[in-house]
Amino acid sequence: MHDLALQKPGLVGRMFRSLKLPLSDPFAVFGLAVYATFLLTAIFADAIAPYDPTEILYTPEYELASDLRPGEQGFILGTTSLGRDIFSQIVYGTRSALIIGITAAFMVALIGSVVGLVSGYFGGWVDAVLMRLADIAFGIPFLPFVIVLAAFLEPSIWNVVLAMALVLWRDTGRVIRSQVLTLRSRGYVDAARVCGSSDLKIILRHIAPNILPLSFLYGSIAIGWAILTEASISFLGFGDPQSISWGYMLQDAFASQALAKQAYYWFVPPGICIILVVSAGFFITRGYENLLFPKLGR
Amino acid sequence: MAGTRMRSAVTYSNEPLVSLRSAELHYRVGGALSALRGRSSVVKAVDGVSFDIHRGESVGLLGESGCGKSSIGRLLMKLEDATGGEIVFAGEPISGLRGAALKCYRAKAQLIFQNPFDAVNPRFTIRATLAEPLENAGIPAGEREARIIAALELVRLPQPAQFLDRYPHQLSGGQLQRVVMARALILQPDFVVADEPVSMLDVSVRAGVLNVFRDVRDRLGLTAIYISHDLALVRYVCERTIVMYLGRIMEDGPTEDIVHEPLHPYAKALVAAVPVPHPDQSHDPLPIGRGAPDPRNPPSGCVFRDRCPRAFDRCASEVPQLRQIGTRKVACHLF
Amino acid sequence: MTANLLSVRDLKVSYRVGNGHIDAVDGASFDVPRGSIVGLVGESGCGKTTVARALTRVIADNARITGGQILFDGKDIAAIPERQMNALRWRDIAFIPQSAMNSLDPVYTVEYQLNEVLRRRGGLSAREARMRCESLFEMVGIEKGRLRDYPHQFSGGMRQRVAIALALALNPKLVIADEPVTALDVIVQRQILDQLRELQTMLGISVILVTHDISVVAYICDRTVVMYAGRVAEAGPMAGVLTRPAHPYTMGLRNAFPDLAGAASGTLTPIDGAPPNLAEPPPGCRFAPRCPFSIEVCSTESPPLAEIVPDHRVACHRASEAPVLREIAARTETWLAHA
Repeated sequence: MHDLALQKPGLVGRMFRSLKLPLSDPFAVFGLAVYATFLLTAIFADAIAPYDPTEILYTPEYELASDLRPGEQGFILGTTSLGRDIFSQIVYGTRSALIIGITAAFMVALIGSVVGLVSGYFGGWVDAVLMRLADIAFGIPFLPFVIVLAAFLEPSIWNVVLAMALVLWRDTGRVIRSQVLTLRSRGYVDAARVCGSSDLKIILRHIAPNILPLSFLYGSIAIGWAILTEASISFLGFGDPQSISWGYMLQDAFASQALAKQAYYWFVPPGICIILVVSAGFFITRGYENLLFPKLGR
Repeated sequence: MAGTRMRSAVTYSNEPLVSLRSAELHYRVGGALSALRGRSSVVKAVDGVSFDIHRGESVGLLGESGCGKSSIGRLLMKLEDATGGEIVFAGEPISGLRGAALKCYRAKAQLIFQNPFDAVNPRFTIRATLAEPLENAGIPAGEREARIIAALELVRLPQPAQFLDRYPHQLSGGQLQRVVMARALILQPDFVVADEPVSMLDVSVRAGVLNVFRDVRDRLGLTAIYISHDLALVRYVCERTIVMYLGRIMEDGPTEDIVHEPLHPYAKALVAAVPVPHPDQSHDPLPIGRGAPDPRNPPSGCVFRDRCPRAFDRCASEVPQLRQIGTRKVACHLF
Repeated sequence: MTANLLSVRDLKVSYRVGNGHIDAVDGASFDVPRGSIVGLVGESGCGKTTVARALTRVIADNARITGGQILFDGKDIAAIPERQMNALRWRDIAFIPQSAMNSLDPVYTVEYQLNEVLRRRGGLSAREARMRCESLFEMVGIEKGRLRDYPHQFSGGMRQRVAIALALALNPKLVIADEPVTALDVIVQRQILDQLRELQTMLGISVILVTHDISVVAYICDRTVVMYAGRVAEAGPMAGVLTRPAHPYTMGLRNAFPDLAGAASGTLTPIDGAPPNLAEPPPGCRFAPRCPFSIEVCSTESPPLAEIVPDHRVACHRASEAPVLREIAARTETWLAHA
């Protein structure tokens, strides 16, 4: 970071810097490392996974490769009751988890930031309308909303993203609005108005850069939320049967009575992955909190 | 410097550059809920203020916090829209300015802020800070650098080029306030409002900033309003002073007259309260009641009457109008 | 009983910053006679607030008193254990922090907060505390009916009076007030200063008033200590220091200050430059880089605080020439030529 600060950074460097990645906090670094690992796994899933996660596999003796334990017949984490490779499912599950997590986080951060900026900067009736919408969004119980949405629409992993985009901007929006209200009263915003800058220019130049870390914070919270929600939805059976996710794996294991079969290798790995990704998200969040609110003094 | 004091001899053109005609800025405080309970009240930050400022004149707006002096500055800068009355600049009401006309006004009327550390974006270099008004005015990129340097030279920042790539936190308060002044002056405005420009600065550097202000104003022939709570500073830069209290004008006249013989009871107290750096000075109690002005609940009639040592019945029933008394105007029933 | 209630001798306070340290106060010495108001005056960053806080030993976590003595009633309170120091605070030495008026707790009535101090720290009974509250309010000029009010119901000046009442609650011998009137309007400022003077005379206490404003010093103080860059530049009776300053910095300050009592044509003269960075202070006299009178020795040797006339001490190598320098310093060109 320090080297970066010394050079005159280009646009990418500046954007990277304005994210203010919390690299001084060991927990946050751990979180970032976990994300990096999962990200690489998701990108290179085709190369890493030995099998298609939905393919029903057979042993060399042409028997269904079902309920194999880890290591048996070369299956790293064993197979499911339907004879699918658990390790490959985990690898591909990473892909759908991250796709959902990151798109949902992006939507939540983007919509929330735009709402917060517009509402806080312009005030008046715009603010009133947007904040009443936020109030309504706060009144919607999230999980039932996703289930209802999934019932109306085709089952798809995008339901979760859509639901989050429709509902979860409320937190980001509120917080960013309050931040914008503070920034708006700063002298340099008045100064920009007095010297003739347009509202759009003021928002983009003087206000948005200051709320970027905050929207990133809410984005990283949303990643965890999205993955958890998708897992819950899949586990409840409203998920997309076509795409393999960790939640779907848990549901599959549950339906096949994996616990009774003591097939821990089946449901523990996806459980650990969910915990890892979600807690990594919260560790990063924590790092941001220390950065944004140093007075908490942790 | 000698030229400064001779300014009062200059005759101003008859047409005022800036006019306030019963300007009002009222805020409603308390939300819809308290309105239902009949609790909402209106704070009259500026309440029927009228004055004219002629081209080349420097006027001090003097008063305690909450008297509306900064609100007038914000009204003049169109950072706030008047809720009543009219503000006229060069013969044209500013309330209707939009788009290109507003942009044009912004280039002509500028504000110097109170707190230099707040008035510039901490993420911007000095160059970027000063380039912003130039960009808005459509000055081509190639000319900007020279204009920036010239503006910094104007405010007597030594070796201006060395500051261009610095960030605000790398400058001292005095240097930064000069940058703020340079930003206000870079588009060569006709009219400048300075809102307590030295109150955040250390005493030893205040004088430098004040001198630059005086100097630049004289050199560019600026029309200026200097907002302050300190009569000694107002006297240093303005030949005319307007004393305000709770959103209204109490007294308006030549600064020297107000310093030596204030007429309005409030102006009297204010002048007596100005601290002087001498061991031998009057320690008499101030001719004013204790307590503080409450803008939410001002007294009827004359807003000053609850603290006025000379208030009588008429003060409670009738709002005193601003009337000409010799060289100045006073709003008091005693005159 | 000594004549001085408080004597500070060569006080040093140092802040740990990153890997280095900053000597915010580097050898400050001054006296506070019994029953007097002493003004500690200087620009921001000169160490006046650090000195004030060090006297009560309530300083920042990264600050430490690294040397010197603080003799309070003849006892070195820089050296006593924290428990004994704590017993002195508020009972003997009261501190009114900067913007004390904004540090009242908004959820409790003023009476509750006064009571807390009187009963917890003063050990008064409920009845005694109530009576004391009323007499304190009377002392600072607020109707006792307002004891039950919450802080937000008071104006800024009134809250400052409450803060003074809080400080006086346990009859201290010394009150240290950090910029007590800075955020207030001139009229309220004047009224608070009058109140402070009246109470000081009535109770016979000593007051240290930290301020950046020499006109506040001129209005209320008996003595003044001018600080610059962590050191005492000049100290002595207020009238002597302000009318016959012997340190070029004090002379410069007077030129920079607008004076309503003076002639209209007067020109203010700034002191060019800025105070030094205390992480790397200049060798010798710390004012030398901004001083129009600096000579060779000024930039190599730091001048000791020496008595020039009885009771008036100055830290300047050219203190003996003070009367001549004063005349030269009164001219604007002196300071411009230097720039």
